[in-house]
Amino acid sequence: MATVPLTEIGALDIALTPGPGALLRRRVFGHAGLMVGLAILAAMFFLAFAAPLLAPHDPYDQDLARRLIPPIWHERGTWIHPFGTDGLGRDYLSRLIYGSQISLLIGFAVMAISGVIGLLLGISAGYFGGKVDMAVTFLVTTRLSMPVVLVALAVVALLGGSLTVVILVLGLLKWDRFAVVIRGATMQVRALDYVAAAEAAGASNLRILFAEILPNIMNHLIVVATLEMASAILLEAALSFLGLGVQPPLPSWGLMIAEAKSYMFFSFWLIAIPGVALSLLVLAINLVGDGIRDVTAPENRA
Amino acid sequence: MLVRGEIGPVNGALQPVSRHPVALALAFAQRYSCAMLTYAAKRLGLALLVALAVSVIAFTLLHVSSDVAAAIAGEAATAADIEFIRKAYGFDRPLIVQYFDWLGRTLTGDLGQSLYYKKDVADIVLSKLPVTLILGAISLAFAVLLSIPLGVLAAVYPNTWIDRLALFLAVIGQALPSFWFALVLIMLFSLTLRWLPVSGSDSWAHFVMPAIALGYYAAPAFMRLTRAGMMDVLSADFVRTARAKGLSPTSVVFKHALRNAIIPVMALAAVQLGFMLGGSIVIETVFALDGLGYLAWQSIRHNDFPVTQAIVLLLSVVYIGLTLLADLLNGWLDPRIRVQ
Repeated sequence: MATVPLTEIGALDIALTPGPGALLRRRVFGHAGLMVGLAILAAMFFLAFAAPLLAPHDPYDQDLARRLIPPIWHERGTWIHPFGTDGLGRDYLSRLIYGSQISLLIGFAVMAISGVIGLLLGISAGYFGGKVDMAVTFLVTTRLSMPVVLVALAVVALLGGSLTVVILVLGLLKWDRFAVVIRGATMQVRALDYVAAAEAAGASNLRILFAEILPNIMNHLIVVATLEMASAILLEAALSFLGLGVQPPLPSWGLMIAEAKSYMFFSFWLIAIPGVALSLLVLAINLVGDGIRDVTAPENRA
Repeated sequence: MLVRGEIGPVNGALQPVSRHPVALALAFAQRYSCAMLTYAAKRLGLALLVALAVSVIAFTLLHVSSDVAAAIAGEAATAADIEFIRKAYGFDRPLIVQYFDWLGRTLTGDLGQSLYYKKDVADIVLSKLPVTLILGAISLAFAVLLSIPLGVLAAVYPNTWIDRLALFLAVIGQALPSFWFALVLIMLFSLTLRWLPVSGSDSWAHFVMPAIALGYYAAPAFMRLTRAGMMDVLSADFVRTARAKGLSPTSVVFKHALRNAIIPVMALAAVQLGFMLGGSIVIETVFALDGLGYLAWQSIRHNDFPVTQAIVLLLSVVYIGLTLLADLLNGWLDPRIRVQ
């Protein structure tokens, strides 16, 4: 009979302490940077997926009679072309909206390819150690010493620029940070008791890697993935800007900036608008990455 | 042996230790320079292996992904012409033979002929190197001078408006595409204010905007590292001791704390300089700054692959050298790293 009040006190205690889910929600919604980043990113996704519905014109439709119309905040702007038109008379807002598809596609595809390579290399180096670790470290060091922009430009030039080539080249080049971070995280987790317990229980290497270690390094993986996505988007823009990435007439934001360069003196909005869009997207992804790191970092757990 | 006695009893027996300062210093130097030499030798060996691997990749990338003979022959060439060139240049030999032949010539400084300029590749590349090195040095100086004071301020006043401002600048800085930032600088300082020249590399004024555009991208990393390092050091015991002794806050922050927090920042600087040389291709092209990066872009556009290959190799070797320098610097300043 004496146990009854005790359980009641216990139940009261549990009711007063927020559960792990509530704590996580509180951290997520209390993180201003993360919320701003998610909001911008959601808007970009909406633009990309609803592009055919949102774009007022065909992004490829040229009309030389209507070229270089200034945007709406300019005194000569019209609502027909809210962001004006480019040097070939194409509606700039429509090109900007369709451009978000390219940037997001590049970001996700490159992240996926380089993520798989980096994860496999990093997790095996961290788990097996010894010679495997030495080999992976050597691979990473070699990869890091080759200048990414230059190698990517040279290979794209040899193979011919296209969306697929750019994605493959960047994906095959940018796994280094994944490998480094995952290797470190795996080494930490590998030393923990539950891995030893799984080994003692006779679990296979594969089972330990994917059922014990992978779920526990997931937060590191997600943070690197966001950073790499942002960096891939910037790299694609740089390659396209230099004329060795996505080819015209695709509305890549980097390419739009390159095409606007000749009108820099009188039509500076042509450079400003895609640049601001690119910066906003990268900023949003970085904010989300930093936010996830803050929210999942063990020292921040209440 | 002296130092072993210093560290603790060896083989259970206490050894007599000379307390003479000179003897102690000598023993200390012997012990640590030995560890340092082993460490340096290991790092050097690794660097050489990496350089070799890079040369294999640079060679294979080119010979597997394109028909070099057809590129040399040009667009108007017939199949017979291409076949002749293939024989004349030795491209019909096994790849591995060609590789060692190429490596041997590269090591003796013979990088071949440029297909576009019809001159020695080594001469062209070396003539453009100073511009890129100057740009790298100024950019690095700009990044360090901007980020270290900000990082120190952010660490000394954490969670104040200064800290927030520094973090805000870092987050924004990492999001701006460097080539776009460069164009914005041109529009502001050249087209609107007319303070600086748009392009070229004739005077120091031509380096100002490229250095800002290249340097600001590295600044956030320096700032974050300085801030994190200073936060760690400022809560360390020796800083508390210095404060307790009544030293002025300036002396504590700069003489005691920053000196220790700066070690990893210096190592990062070496690595960042390597990244900057690689990133200079974008910036030099925007400003038509006549350095290695602009040459690389032109050589890629003209299918001048001997030049492209030479620049890839040169930038990789410079990067390997800089990381080696960073490792040795770290090992020299922080003995704990050597034993790992």
